Amino acid sequence: MNTPNKACDPRPFWPPLVAGVALGVVLLLTFLLTGHGLGATGFFTRLAAWTGGELAFDATYNNVYLGPLLDDGKPMSSWITWQIIGVALGALAASWSTGRFRVRLDGTHKTGRISRGTLALLGGVLAGFGARVAAGCTSGVGLSGTATLGVAGFVFLGAFFAAGLLVSRIAKGGPQ
Amino acid sequence: MPFNDIGLASGLLCGFLFGYVLENAGFGSPCKLTAQFRMSDWSVFKVMFTAIVVAAVGLFVLRSIGLVAPGSMYVPPAFLGAVAIGGALIGAGFAVGGYCPGTSVVGLFSGRLDALLFSIGLVGGTWLFAGSFDAVEKWTTAGESTAGDTLPVALGVPEWVILVAMIAAAVMIFVIGGRIERHFNGPLDASAAMRD
Repeated sequence: MNTPNKACDPRPFWPPLVAGVALGVVLLLTFLLTGHGLGATGFFTRLAAWTGGELAFDATYNNVYLGPLLDDGKPMSSWITWQIIGVALGALAASWSTGRFRVRLDGTHKTGRISRGTLALLGGVLAGFGARVAAGCTSGVGLSGTATLGVAGFVFLGAFFAAGLLVSRIAKGGPQ
Repeated sequence: MPFNDIGLASGLLCGFLFGYVLENAGFGSPCKLTAQFRMSDWSVFKVMFTAIVVAAVGLFVLRSIGLVAPGSMYVPPAFLGAVAIGGALIGAGFAVGGYCPGTSVVGLFSGRLDALLFSIGLVGGTWLFAGSFDAVEKWTTAGESTAGDTLPVALGVPEWVILVAMIAAAVMIFVIGGRIERHFNGPLDASAAMRD
């Protein structure tokens, strides 16, 4: 019999070497299956086109950047959408099975809830804008681009970490 | 290979494994993710560099024994100014918001409402970009390098030399990062990531 407390304790994270090798194998599998790597922001671009189309169809349809995604009437229909649904299910399976799923606003130990929520939203805006400039994010350009030895991937990671280290100082360490 | 399968099943399978591994690495936690930038937890560097080395060496070996066709994998174009601007903005967003686009999905599906706000921000940032596209379009192709899209071509160095250098860099990250982590209180564990 486990002690009563045991059931409440979350299972530990995988050691970084184990997680890194597993992530590398998943990335390699993705390359072999599809010819490209893993991503994320392609989904958010399509989500922006779809929600834009629902809320303000004319403005979105006439937009040079998002309009073409509405042309076939199915902006969400893409491999990257299925991949993100997979990410959601995989994360849910992992967090649920290990006792690490709990609904909460995280990162509020050193900041108030309003300020944490506002900064999370602001961080999303910065990252969403940046991902369109770079045509990809940490997964698509940083991880997958570097795995194919793409110069763009290495430059992305350098800029990502330099800006992150700098802004973290300004933001007093970010969410904790 | 590759099979160039971009169907529903391949997307769900690759995504499921990606999300499963990221959550188990602890990358649904904004506190653990941003601890990399506070230098107190080097898991982000360790996991990313290990994964990059495993995939890059795997592709090299499979190409060398003829199982993967040369030039068949997508390589991002060398718009170095564009990826530098975009990478810096994503790094800044990560430092203040706690996530990057992929990990915000992992955070949301481990129950984090701040990750939902970050995701809504991502859609807002995309609208902002689309709305100012005429002004910022030139950023997306800034700093094009004509030296070549991949490091071996751009530097004129054999691929195996680059791979050996990357393996050495990954080992250094584990050694140096491990030392700096111990100087703080060690990496953030799952219990600490769950605390109220």
